[in-house]
Amino acid sequence: MIRRLFATPEGIAGTAILVLLAITALSAPLLFPRDPLSIAGPALLRPFQDPAHLLGTDRLGRDVLAGLVHGARMSLAVGFAAAAAALFVGAVVGTIAGFAGGLVDEALMRVAEAFQIVPGFLLALAFVSIAGPSLAVVVAAIALGAWTGPARVARAEVLSIRERDYVAANRVVGMHPLEIALREVLPNALPPVMALSSVIVAGAVLTEAALSFLGLGDPNRVTWGAMIAEGRAVLRSAPYLSIIPGFALVVAVVGVYLFGEGLVEASTSRRRYL
Amino acid sequence: MSPPLLSVAGLSKRFRRGDAMIDAVSGVSLDVHAGETLALVGPSGSGKSTLARLILRLIEPDAGTIRFDGLDLLSLRGAALRAARARLQMVFQDPHAAFNPRATVARVLADPLRIHGIATRAERPAAIGRLLEGVDLPASFAARAVHDLSGGQRQRVAIARAIAPAPKLVVLDEAVSALDVSTRRRILALLADLQKAHGIAYLFVTHDLAAVRLIAHRVAVMDRGAIVETGSVDEVVGNPRSATARALVAAQPRLPARSEAT
Amino acid sequence: MSLLAVSDLSVTHAGATAAALSGVGLSLEEGERLAVIGESGSGKTTFARAVAGLLPPAARREGAIRWRGSEAPARPGKDIGYVFQDPSASLDPVVSVGRQIAEVVRTHEGLGRAAALARAAELLDRVRLPDPSAMVHAWPHQLSGGQKQRVAIATAIAARPALLIADEATSALDTIVQAEIVALIRRIVDEERMALVFVTHDIALAAQIAGRILVLKGGRMVEAGPASQVVGAPADPYTRMLVEASTDTASLVEVRGTGEDDR
Repeated sequence: MIRRLFATPEGIAGTAILVLLAITALSAPLLFPRDPLSIAGPALLRPFQDPAHLLGTDRLGRDVLAGLVHGARMSLAVGFAAAAAALFVGAVVGTIAGFAGGLVDEALMRVAEAFQIVPGFLLALAFVSIAGPSLAVVVAAIALGAWTGPARVARAEVLSIRERDYVAANRVVGMHPLEIALREVLPNALPPVMALSSVIVAGAVLTEAALSFLGLGDPNRVTWGAMIAEGRAVLRSAPYLSIIPGFALVVAVVGVYLFGEGLVEASTSRRRYL
Repeated sequence: MSPPLLSVAGLSKRFRRGDAMIDAVSGVSLDVHAGETLALVGPSGSGKSTLARLILRLIEPDAGTIRFDGLDLLSLRGAALRAARARLQMVFQDPHAAFNPRATVARVLADPLRIHGIATRAERPAAIGRLLEGVDLPASFAARAVHDLSGGQRQRVAIARAIAPAPKLVVLDEAVSALDVSTRRRILALLADLQKAHGIAYLFVTHDLAAVRLIAHRVAVMDRGAIVETGSVDEVVGNPRSATARALVAAQPRLPARSEAT
Repeated sequence: MSLLAVSDLSVTHAGATAAALSGVGLSLEEGERLAVIGESGSGKTTFARAVAGLLPPAARREGAIRWRGSEAPARPGKDIGYVFQDPSASLDPVVSVGRQIAEVVRTHEGLGRAAALARAAELLDRVRLPDPSAMVHAWPHQLSGGQKQRVAIATAIAARPALLIADEATSALDTIVQAEIVALIRRIVDEERMALVFVTHDIALAAQIAGRILVLKGGRMVEAGPASQVVGAPADPYTRMLVEASTDTASLVEVRGTGEDDR
């Protein structure tokens, strides 16, 4: 699987970008041990002027590179955590709905539809406004708008799997329906759900940035979205303050997306003839 | 004579197909006695597989009763039904479809032992080894992935899974139809031996009259959802009375008669 | 000159270490009926596909297959009609039965649209499907397994091939329908003077339909000869086992064996 992942150009590029970002994020406290929100030098220093502040400083004299590196932690952590939560909840809900059928299925799918009609971002916005901007709330808010896709895909897959003989065989053995659904059916329904993961992670990273941009991120942490928002006030005089974190965001999203494409490519690559 | 082990009466099931309702099984009654093999034969679409799945409560009938080993099977729900399943097992036709594609042999065989409380966690490896030996597979097969096995070997694992909870009746739904000739004979022989050793009754669903002659005591012929003829193997195969049975016998590929030189 | 001459044919599938077929040779005359029998893994389907030119491109083939004495391969569909085991898989579910057959007719016979459809109805009549002019508009999902296989046969013979290959064409059907399809194939092959290669695992079925039988095991020829001889006086112990398995009704206890040699 891993070997086949590296056989695709998407896989190589995506993995390289993600590994680089992950290393950057993990080594942030080593590279910039100071609080990235503290004042480090003169205000509005342009990039590549001072080797001590390679990417310049913002209106309050905070180091842009330090913010970028610490922001990577937040973007990636929130993105992956929210996507993992969305995929997990979606897969479980979809599996139970598809496997149980009948009233349970109807009820769960109506709930999913209720979530789907409201745009995911609006949902996240409302949730954070009510529950207050903390890390856990932001993760939950993003997951809230993203779990329905995985739920639908998982349900569709389960609907076909549950008609297979091996599920009937498990019933004949006397296995509890919940065990059949979660242990026997769910793992086999996962591949198409996982194929959604790159889109969901990328979406979660963007949603997180958008929330921060609107000031609904955790105020005690640097995020790319908040940096873009911060630069907006001086967009004409110091556009680099918005462009640099914006560029980081694009790179992260493209990296996640390419990695996901590579994974899908590797898992569906043409099988040998029998 | 003791009451039958399985007694099905007036069992019916209709399916919707497009706009029409199809009587897949209509008013079927049959008995299976302890330790015997009743073959259920019929052309495809005759409802024999539906009947088998109704008896196993894999699908729910519209009408009728199923008495099994002193239980009113159709009245059972939830945990009571799951517990009763230990005594009523099934082997499926397609040895490739009947297992979770991710399963190992050990996991497949551990399930019935765990669910029905037959062997504790510590006893399970030994119990699995004995089950495998019971179907003429080496105990080392426990570690193998099911998808690595041949069709015949999988069918042996399926039989081991079925007999693990010490059932009184095993429904064999075309259980040897997908196998090669030589493997088919060995599996039928194994089934006959297991019947002798454990007194298991079989409901043997098939369209293969040759296999019926090898393993069954009695035959019920099914067509269009109803049983059209029942009798001993010699009666039904040797002297079929219903049109369906006659067609089945006539359609059986037969080698031309030859001198008994061998 | 033989219709088909296969000499020393070996096939190794991509990624496989062992050959699926090794050193098989035989010839087939016009109008001759040959049955190829064997169990799973015997190479019987590989043989049929090699003859029809339907091997996957990555498979390695050695030896010669001469069609009417020439090295130029037979044209699949035109010279050789092929009927697959699974009738549902060989029909396109979103194309009406008549158009599937008409497409073959138009490709190989160069007929116009209307003429091709008329020919399709004629072919459906030949395979004894009821009401062929209505059947032309039927969809594959409306047909039973036996009916689908009749449509597949109609498609296979649409271009009037000289050889019809039936690859386990009746294995997925119940015995009654199987007997009908076998009778149909026999009649069509007779009427059209086609040669037949009938691939099966059932030696009794093989003896019913074929004049000659080729027995394969593990990719090698075990025995070949006139059907009456192969079945009546099998020379090889393996053939003898197959014959006995399909005739005996004796006790099963001695054949129980062990699972390690199961297929």
